[in-house]
Amino acid sequence: MFARPGLPSFDYVRAATPDEAIDLLEKHGEAARLLMGGTDLFVRMREGDIRPHIVVDVKHLPGMRTVTYNEREGLTVGAAVTMNQVASHPDVQARYPLLAQAAASVASYQLRNRATVGGNLCNASPCANTAPAALVLSGRMVLYAADGEREVPASEFFLGPGETKMRAIEMMTAIRFPVPPPGAVGRYLQLGRNKSGDLSIVGVAILGFPDGRASSSRPATDSGYGFRIGLASVAPVPLEALEAEDVLAHNPPGEETFALAAAKAMEAATPIDDVRGSSAYRKAMVRNLTLRGLRHVWKQLRNT
Amino acid sequence: MATHSITVTVNGSQEHLNVPSNMTLLQMLREKLALTGTKNGCEAGECGACTVLVDGDPVNSCMMLAVEADGCEVTTVEGLAHYHEGEVRLSPLQQAFVEHNAVQCGFCTPGMLISAHALLQRNAHPTEEEIREALVGNLCRCTGYLRIVRAVQEAAADT
Repeated sequence: MFARPGLPSFDYVRAATPDEAIDLLEKHGEAARLLMGGTDLFVRMREGDIRPHIVVDVKHLPGMRTVTYNEREGLTVGAAVTMNQVASHPDVQARYPLLAQAAASVASYQLRNRATVGGNLCNASPCANTAPAALVLSGRMVLYAADGEREVPASEFFLGPGETKMRAIEMMTAIRFPVPPPGAVGRYLQLGRNKSGDLSIVGVAILGFPDGRASSSRPATDSGYGFRIGLASVAPVPLEALEAEDVLAHNPPGEETFALAAAKAMEAATPIDDVRGSSAYRKAMVRNLTLRGLRHVWKQLRNT
Repeated sequence: MATHSITVTVNGSQEHLNVPSNMTLLQMLREKLALTGTKNGCEAGECGACTVLVDGDPVNSCMMLAVEADGCEVTTVEGLAHYHEGEVRLSPLQQAFVEHNAVQCGFCTPGMLISAHALLQRNAHPTEEEIREALVGNLCRCTGYLRIVRAVQEAAADT
């Protein structure tokens, strides 16, 4: 560790344009890192996990701090929007409350004033608070490189712990969410060792919507309701519990179906033992949180 | 290592400083400006002992670079009291902390005050749950938090 407090040496650069950021990544390779909120980067630098010589600040670039919503295209969240900004945004609260809950669950109020949604997703911890919501809300990562912009769906984005589909010389500029299904409600539940904003032992995001209306990626259901279930901290990547969703699509909503779905969600989880919990405990908690979440979402669906 | 010429307004005073890239806002406040009220507890953004306001928002100053604060307004615990004709007048929140014995070793106190101050700015009458939620990022090893919560409640009631 270091003889005195602080960060190891590096040069800070404020990129004037996205292309300048890309050029710096190209020029310096592994020795350069992009800076968003810094709440993961600085921790890892102090641990000696990452040793950049150049840190490139991109938060201020056009669109990075903006949230926009319209009824046709849905929601666009700039990659550098902070967790507090997402959680308190009126359009997010009204139309994507699951995303607001996920953002609000991160760490502490102070940290949420710096931590960004883009940084959370790019860091790609299996515990990432916003990842299950990004999955079940069909988020698309907007990435920029020398050859221009491309989109990667959240379902394809995470490859392993800390690994994403992003190329080495690429940056995330925004996350786009389609308009949610009409009447959609959601709930994000997180289990921690304490209430002090700990990393999650298990994270479960549940989205429920009436009519099971057909979408471009999913056929209409015959239960009258569609559900999507996202899990964090219980596999090498955040994942969707597809078999559990299938159970919910083809069986009438109620305790029996929810118990079956929760069991399927538990099967989808492949957790490890770590300092925050054992694999067996995590699997059991996936089932419990999924059950609680389904009950909560179902109650909301019935009341609307 | 690069250095940067920055202008930061700290507790109402404009400061022109040269800072190295890797200096945190916390180090800048303590080492360049001798504002040692703000503490280094964990250097990982977990304990909140380093909490200051940046443009009105509480942040962990150990997790922010000094150069990132260029052009910003920073408030530290030293900026909460009023100085009038040579006398120090504690803010109502600080006064409540004193009256409720919400200070033991005092190490968490500056961060607690800043977080609580920011809470009352955005929510003048918080519930106990809202107070505890707002202080999740400020750890205390001495008090058990109860007196801190009571002090914040009193300060809220008085506004």
